Amino acid sequence: MLKYALNRLAWAIPTLLLLITVAFFMIRVAPGGPFDSEKSLPPEIEQNIKAKYHLDEPVIQQYFRYLGQVLRFDFGPSFQYRDWTVNQLIADGFPVSLSIGALAMLLSFVLGIGIGTMAALRQNTGLDHGLMGVAMLGISIPNFVIAPLLILAVAINLGWLPSGGWEWNWRNMVLPVITLALPVTAYIARLMRGSMIDVLNSDFIRTARAKGLSEITVIRRHAMKPALLPVISYMGPAAAGLITGSVVIERIFAIPGIGSYFVQGAMNRDYTLVMGVVIFYGVLIIAFNFIVDLIYAWLNPRIQY
Amino acid sequence: MSKQQQPVDARTDDAFAQALEFDAVKGRSLWDDARHRLFKNRAAVVSLVTLGIIVITVIVGPWLVPWDADFTDWDNIYSPPSLSNGHYFGTDAVGRDLLVRTMEGGRISLLVGLVATLVSLVIGVAYGTIAGYFGGRIDQVMMRIVDIFYALPFMFFVILLMVVFGRNIILVFVAIGAINWLDMARIVRGQTLSLKRTEFIEAAVTCGATPFNVIRRHILPNLMGVVMVYITLTIPQVILVESFLSFLGLGVQEPMTSWGALVNDGAQDMESAAWILVFPAIFLSLTLYCLNYIGDGLRDAIDPRDQG
Repeated sequence: MLKYALNRLAWAIPTLLLLITVAFFMIRVAPGGPFDSEKSLPPEIEQNIKAKYHLDEPVIQQYFRYLGQVLRFDFGPSFQYRDWTVNQLIADGFPVSLSIGALAMLLSFVLGIGIGTMAALRQNTGLDHGLMGVAMLGISIPNFVIAPLLILAVAINLGWLPSGGWEWNWRNMVLPVITLALPVTAYIARLMRGSMIDVLNSDFIRTARAKGLSEITVIRRHAMKPALLPVISYMGPAAAGLITGSVVIERIFAIPGIGSYFVQGAMNRDYTLVMGVVIFYGVLIIAFNFIVDLIYAWLNPRIQY
Repeated sequence: MSKQQQPVDARTDDAFAQALEFDAVKGRSLWDDARHRLFKNRAAVVSLVTLGIIVITVIVGPWLVPWDADFTDWDNIYSPPSLSNGHYFGTDAVGRDLLVRTMEGGRISLLVGLVATLVSLVIGVAYGTIAGYFGGRIDQVMMRIVDIFYALPFMFFVILLMVVFGRNIILVFVAIGAINWLDMARIVRGQTLSLKRTEFIEAAVTCGATPFNVIRRHILPNLMGVVMVYITLTIPQVILVESFLSFLGLGVQEPMTSWGALVNDGAQDMESAAWILVFPAIFLSLTLYCLNYIGDGLRDAIDPRDQG
């Protein structure tokens, strides 16, 4: 197991390096710099600013300087928010993004597994078709369509919940979490239904039933674990999807999370901020995938390591 | 569809069979079976018809509607849907007719869906067949690269790309296509690996066919089924990504529009003018819904493994 874990971990390093390299050079070839403005600065001042942010060095030197910084978890100062470092901005936005993302993840797994199992147990009945039809809706309707519609219905017309903004209480979280969780829930439900049907048709389940075990015991003790495997391996992509989705959700609901910083930073050519966010989320996804791999290997007796 | 109804092997042998005046009993090919199964799937058929109607409306519609997409009707700004003034879907903030805008937007969304899928198809199939066919070291390295790509937050790179290189429709095609080829490459590789071990490939190799010819003449035609299923499932994903970008204001540029851009416009004004949001949203969602169902149906039809 340790060897397997180390092997997976070793693969994370080139991935990370590629991530940093691509992001770094992509943003450097961008036309227009962070200090372009209508009014051109006196050359001495411009020179000073560039020197301060090391923009006057050769690109290669900048690249290695940045790599060194990243290894020390220092993403440098933000170019746009003058008094902030990128670390501060991320530290500021992350708790918000994380709480919404984690809640959405939890919600979608609980709901998705529940709905999928239910549909599998009632395969080809009206209930099954109904649930899967709704799940297909959840996959098909983009969450930037659902979000405004929910705001319109629940927040504006009914006035039950705030339509956006952020405070640390549940009322501000309900709509963003639901919107974010919806497509993931739908996907998990479909995945779970398929794998549960597969498992229920296998021999060991027939044996379990033949022993006279109750249906609930069969599901809980025998079918659940193998049926969960595809769902577990979907956790990595699900996390990536939630992170991507949060960019839009944070914008629609005016939530000060990392996603909104990212879009702002991208618009303003805030090199360091954008790089910081991409790398931060990249690391997060890689770490998450790593953990998921380990859980999967631990759950699945067929994987040899 | 019609092109693929004949059996794959027979197509290359058509001329040969005709020369022999070979007149076999008309059997049911795998494709006939698949079509039969697809048409028995009610959800898929309904989706197919609905999608057909949407596509035709979107393509033909703009010529039938008396308004131009960029015509501003100053007398009817923010007009709700109305029969009397001729704006059946209402107008937007500058008095442009929403019906024609929705249809024009649909053209762009569908076009992006097709072209970007084509891009991902070409990259994915080329990559997958090469990795699968040559196997060994090459395969290992190539698939490792795919693994690495999988772990990257791609949406962020696309956003970066759009920001860095400006909002350009060609770039939208390429950027979205370039991030969507990974699944295709994996699937095609797996299929190629199993095809490689079949006798007819061995025979072709023995006859001295070059790897390129083996891939082109013998492997590609047999990948058709999987690839077709995958294309139908990729198109909605791609449309979704494009509308996501347009929603963030990073996709297509005014005066061009797409469903995502229209939804974005609508979301700004939804409190006072909900129709601006609702119509494009319905078209976008319905199209994605249909495409997903068709893809599902096609997969069940072509890959009938789990038919109870």
